[in-house]
Amino acid sequence: MKKKSNLFETLVHGIFLILGLVTIGCVLLITVYLVVSGIPAIREIGLVRFLFGSKWASTAAQPQYGILPFILTSIYGTAGAVFLGVPVGVLTAVYLAKLAPPKIKSAMGQAVSMLAGIPSVVYGLVGMMVLVPGLRRVFCIPDGASLLAAIIVLAVMILPAIIKMSVTALEAVPKEYEDGSLALGATPEETYFRVSLPAAKSGIAASVVLGVGRAIGEAMAVMMVAGNAPNMPDSLFQSVRFLTTAVASEMSYSSGLQRQALFSIALVLYLFIMLVNGILNLFLKGEKAE
Amino acid sequence: MISNRRKLFLWTVRGGMWLATAITGALALFLMGYVLFRGVPNITWELLSTSPSYLSGRIGILPDILNTVYIIIAALVVVIPLGVGAAVYLTEYASNKRLVGVIEYAAEALSGIPSIIYGLVGMLVFSNNMGTSLLAGALTLVIMNLPTVMRNTQESLKTVPQSYREGAFGLGAGKWRVIRTVVLPGCVDGVVTGCILSVGRILGESAALLFTAGFAHAANGFWEGLRSAGATLTVALYVYAKEQGEFGAAFAIAAILMVLAFAINMAAGMVTNKFQRSKK
Amino acid sequence: MKSMISIVLAVLMVLAMAGCAERGAAAPAVTAAAPDAAPAAEKYTGTVSTDGSTSMEKVIGALGESFMAANDGVTFTYNPTGSGSGIKAVLEGRCDIGLSSRALKAEEEAQGLVGTTLAIDGIAVIVNPANTVEDLDVETIAKIYTGEITGWSEVGGNGGEIVLIGREAGSGTRGGFEEITETVDKCQYRQELTSTGDVITAVAQNPGAIGYASLASVKDTVKALKVAGVAPSEETVKDGTYLIQRPFVLVTREGTELAPAAQAFFGYVTSAEANEVIAAAGVVPVN
Repeated sequence: MKKKSNLFETLVHGIFLILGLVTIGCVLLITVYLVVSGIPAIREIGLVRFLFGSKWASTAAQPQYGILPFILTSIYGTAGAVFLGVPVGVLTAVYLAKLAPPKIKSAMGQAVSMLAGIPSVVYGLVGMMVLVPGLRRVFCIPDGASLLAAIIVLAVMILPAIIKMSVTALEAVPKEYEDGSLALGATPEETYFRVSLPAAKSGIAASVVLGVGRAIGEAMAVMMVAGNAPNMPDSLFQSVRFLTTAVASEMSYSSGLQRQALFSIALVLYLFIMLVNGILNLFLKGEKAE
Repeated sequence: MISNRRKLFLWTVRGGMWLATAITGALALFLMGYVLFRGVPNITWELLSTSPSYLSGRIGILPDILNTVYIIIAALVVVIPLGVGAAVYLTEYASNKRLVGVIEYAAEALSGIPSIIYGLVGMLVFSNNMGTSLLAGALTLVIMNLPTVMRNTQESLKTVPQSYREGAFGLGAGKWRVIRTVVLPGCVDGVVTGCILSVGRILGESAALLFTAGFAHAANGFWEGLRSAGATLTVALYVYAKEQGEFGAAFAIAAILMVLAFAINMAAGMVTNKFQRSKK
Repeated sequence: MKSMISIVLAVLMVLAMAGCAERGAAAPAVTAAAPDAAPAAEKYTGTVSTDGSTSMEKVIGALGESFMAANDGVTFTYNPTGSGSGIKAVLEGRCDIGLSSRALKAEEEAQGLVGTTLAIDGIAVIVNPANTVEDLDVETIAKIYTGEITGWSEVGGNGGEIVLIGREAGSGTRGGFEEITETVDKCQYRQELTSTGDVITAVAQNPGAIGYASLASVKDTVKALKVAGVAPSEETVKDGTYLIQRPFVLVTREGTELAPAAQAFFGYVTSAEANEVIAAAGVVPVN
C-alpha cells in the first residue's frame, strides 16, 4: 500500500516536472527552429553581404539579399518611437502617480488600459485611414506612407506599457524620500522630478526597454502604414520596410533562397529581441536589488 | 520666496505633465470615438449572421466569429493544464533554485518574443505538419499565452497560506492530495485572470495567425473548423482592410473588437477585486 | 536535464502527431450560399481542392460557390498562396488543380504539367479619379515606372510628383505587368503592397499615385487609364487590343487522372456554362 502510493506520488511529481519544463522546451524549440532554418541562407549569401548589403531585390534576375535597410529602419523606427513616446509616457506617469486627483487618475487608468487592449491591426487601420493621408497634406509630400507614419503609430502603441510600468515604479518609491525633500522646502513638482524620478529610475528604464521590445517586434500595424518599399531610411518621409514587415510581406509568395533568406531575417530579429530581453532582465534585477 | 529659475522649472514641468496627460487622454478618446463612429453604423444583423459570398458580393463575419470562439476554446483547453501545471511545479515541487530560475527566465523570454516570430515558428512546426488550420493557430497561441497563465497562477499560489498546506500534511494527506484539495482551489482566481488576459491577447492577435491558421471565411462546426483554415475576427479585419479595401466591414470588426477589449479589461479588474476581497 | 528536455519534446511531438491524424483537407473552404446558377446535372461527392494565385480569388471563389450549389456533396477548397506555390502544390500532389495567373514556363511544362487557360485578365493601370491624365502608352508607363518621368506635368497632367505604387516581389500581377512593360527589376516603387485591394486603396487615397491591379477588382474609387488609346474592358482584353493582359491558368499534371468530382469541376469551369459566372467576376472567359 505504502509503496504503491509512493510510486503514485513520484509519477505525479514527474508529470508536474514535465509541465514545468514545457516552457524551456518551447524556448528551445523556437530557437532551434529559427537557427536551423535561418542559417542556410546566411551561409549561401555570406554573413557580411547579408547583414551589410544595402540592396534587397529578392526576385530579380540577379537576386540581392542585403538587409541593412531593414536593420537600420527597425533601429531608426524604434528610436523615433522611443523619442516621441517616452517623454509623453513618463510625464503622464509622474502626473498620474503623484499629482492627479483620484477621479482623473482612475479615468486615465481606464484610458491607458484601453490603449493597451486595442489590437495592433486597429492601430494600423486608423493609421492608414487618418494618419497617412494626414501626413501627406500636412507636410505637402507626395505620399504619407513613410517612416514617420510608422514612428508615430509605434510611439502610440508603446505608450500604455511605458505609463503602466513607470507608474508602478514611481508608486514604489518610499514615502520618506519625498517627505524629506518636501520638509526641506522643495515644491511637490521639484520633489517628484528631482527625488522620486531618480529613485524610480531602474523601473522607468525597464519600461523604456519594454517599449523598445514592443516597437522592434511590431509587424502588422507598421506594415499598414510604412509603404513597404525596401529603401534605405534616408529621410523620415521615405517609404521603408522593417525587419518584421520584410518577413511578413514576402512570406506568402516566397520560394527557394528567397524564403530561406526571410527565415534568416527572422533569426536576426530574434537575436535583437533576445538582446533587448537580456537588458530588460538586467534592469528588473537591478530594481529588485534596490 | 521662490526664485525665478525655480518658478520656470515649476511651470515647465507642470505644463509638460498636463500636456502629456492631455495627449494620452485625447489619443484614447479619439481612437475609441473614431473607430466606433466609423464602425457602429456598419454593424448589421446581416453582417453578423451570414458567411461571405463571392456570387452576391455579400460580406458576413459569422465564420470569423465562430473561428474566434473555436480558437479561444482550443487554445485555453491546452494552455490551462500546461500553465497551471508549470506553476504548481514551481511553487510546490521545485527545490532546485537554478532550475526555477531557468524556467522563469524562459517564461520571461517567451513573453518578449514578438508575434511575427511565433507565426513563423508556428508555421514551421505546426502548419507544415498538419496543414494551415485553426488547430495549428491554436497551438501557436498556446505557446504565446503559456507565460501569462503560468505567472498569474504562480502569483495566486503564493497567496495560499503555508499553514493550510502544513495542516493538510499534518492530517496525513499525500502531496498530490494536498495539491488537489488545498492548493488548486486556492489558485482559481489566478487561473481565471490568466485566462481573461489570454483571451484578450488572442482576440487581438493577427501576425501569429496569418501564416498558421490562414484566412478563409468558412462557417464550420467545431471539429471541422479546427481542421480547416480560418480567419479570426482580427485576421479578418486585416484581410478586409488591407487586402480587399472593404473598410465598412473592417471598421465594423474594429468596433466590435474595441468593445470586447474594453469588456475584458473590466472583467479582469472585477475578478481581481472580487478575489482579493474574499481572500482578505 | 537533457533527458527531461527530450521527454518534453517527445510530448510535443505526440501532440503534433495527434493533430496530424485529425486533419482532413486543410485548406480554406468556400461556403455554398447562393442557390442560383446550377451547372451540372449529375451529382458528385468528395473534395475539390485548388491552390494558387491570389488574383484569381474572385473568379475561382465564384466558380466554386456555384459548383457547390449544384452538387451538395462536394466540398470546394481554395488556398490563396500565389501562383508559384500553386504550381508546386500540383507537382507535389497536394491539391487537385493549381491556379496560376501567368502562363506556365517551359521548364514547368517539362516537369509534366499542363496549363489550361480559364480566362484572360486585363491588368488595369489605375490613377486617382482627380487625375486629369486619361491615356498613356506602354512606353510612357515604362518610363514612369523606371523613374525616367517623375512629374505628372510631363505626361499632360496637373503637376505634382508621380507616386509609384506596386506589388511585392513574387506577385503574379507584378510579374505580368513588369514583363509586358519590359521593366522587370527596374521599377522604382514608392510603395510595395501585398494585395490588389491594397493597391487600389492607396491609389484612391493619393491624388498623385499610379498603380496596377487586376481589372476584375478595379472599383470606382480609382480611374483605369486607357493604354495606347484603348480602354480596358471585356472586349478589348478579348480581342487583344488592350495590351496589358495575362492569362488565368488551371494547372494539372499530365497523365494523372483527376478524381471524379475534380474532373467534373474542371469540365464545368472550362465549359461555356461557366462563362456567365466568370464574366460576372470581371474577367474574360476564353472557352
